[in-house]
Amino acid sequence: MDAINFVHEQMTKEITYPDFRAGDNVAVSYKIVEGNKERIQIFRGDCIQIKGENSTKTFTVRKMSSGVGVERIFPFASPNIVEIKILKRGKVRRARLYYLRDLVGKKARIKERKFIKKV
Amino acid sequence: MNGLIGKKIGMTSIFDAEGRNVACTVVEAGPCVVTQVKTEDSDGYNALQVGYGDAKVKNTSKPMMGHFDKAKTAPKKKVMEFRDFDAVEKQLGDLVKLDDLFVEGELVTAVGTSKGKGFQGVVKRYGFKGVNDATHGQHNRQRAPGSIGAASYPAKVFKGMRMGGRTGGKRITVQNLEVVKIFAEKNLILVKGAIPGHKGSMVILQK
Repeated sequence: MDAINFVHEQMTKEITYPDFRAGDNVAVSYKIVEGNKERIQIFRGDCIQIKGENSTKTFTVRKMSSGVGVERIFPFASPNIVEIKILKRGKVRRARLYYLRDLVGKKARIKERKFIKKV
Repeated sequence: MNGLIGKKIGMTSIFDAEGRNVACTVVEAGPCVVTQVKTEDSDGYNALQVGYGDAKVKNTSKPMMGHFDKAKTAPKKKVMEFRDFDAVEKQLGDLVKLDDLFVEGELVTAVGTSKGKGFQGVVKRYGFKGVNDATHGQHNRQRAPGSIGAASYPAKVFKGMRMGGRTGGKRITVQNLEVVKIFAEKNLILVKGAIPGHKGSMVILQK
């Protein structure tokens, strides 16, 4: 394990994104290469899980796109992520919000976390 | 053939220059100690015998102890020879290291022992399709092999007919794995793709 951690340290650049958790509403700016053109796409939705560690750590963002649920998994180490913005902090009781997949409409809302601990 | 003995550490994934996520295997390869140099004159062929991984003295036989003493090294777990080893000139007792042999970007061959799966049926063992149907007269043969041959002629099952049996735990060679990165000071090498075997199992890297 030490050796793998060493590899992670050497191979991944230190990138710091704002600290968010499952339940937060985030907007991920993601670089997309089409042929030789490059553009930035923004994927906005609720973060429903953060998993993994070191360079294999990922987070999943879920959004409703014209009535269909769309989930996208982003690796934290991806060089294609330009920016992560936290739009709203959510108040949830779980680390993995899989239950949102079964809910639609008003039921699928996440309550906002109003009081945020200062770091 | 030039090569090194190593140990599989595990797998991870990294992003390459184009931003693609690449699955990689981390191998701790070498340093290997030269335990014997075979030449045309002495043995009839050229080869380099190397050892890797420290073994306990109590688990090493006396003849092997003598062999290791000759190279002035501690007993080794694994000893093997590479025929026509010509990458670097090495003497008895020298260390063969990663950066003596490999460079980043080249293709290597990995040899390992695949994970043992025990007694498996033909679906897992040979990729048979099974029946793919639970109804239409099928009762309990979803993963059955089907026919294993004709009846009164040839009146036998041909040798080599693929059937269930012990699976895995075999020596497997994987060719053309790209070297992604070498950490010479830690004896670690990052190879693109998977290498057969458990974590901690012996791996031979050659080119």
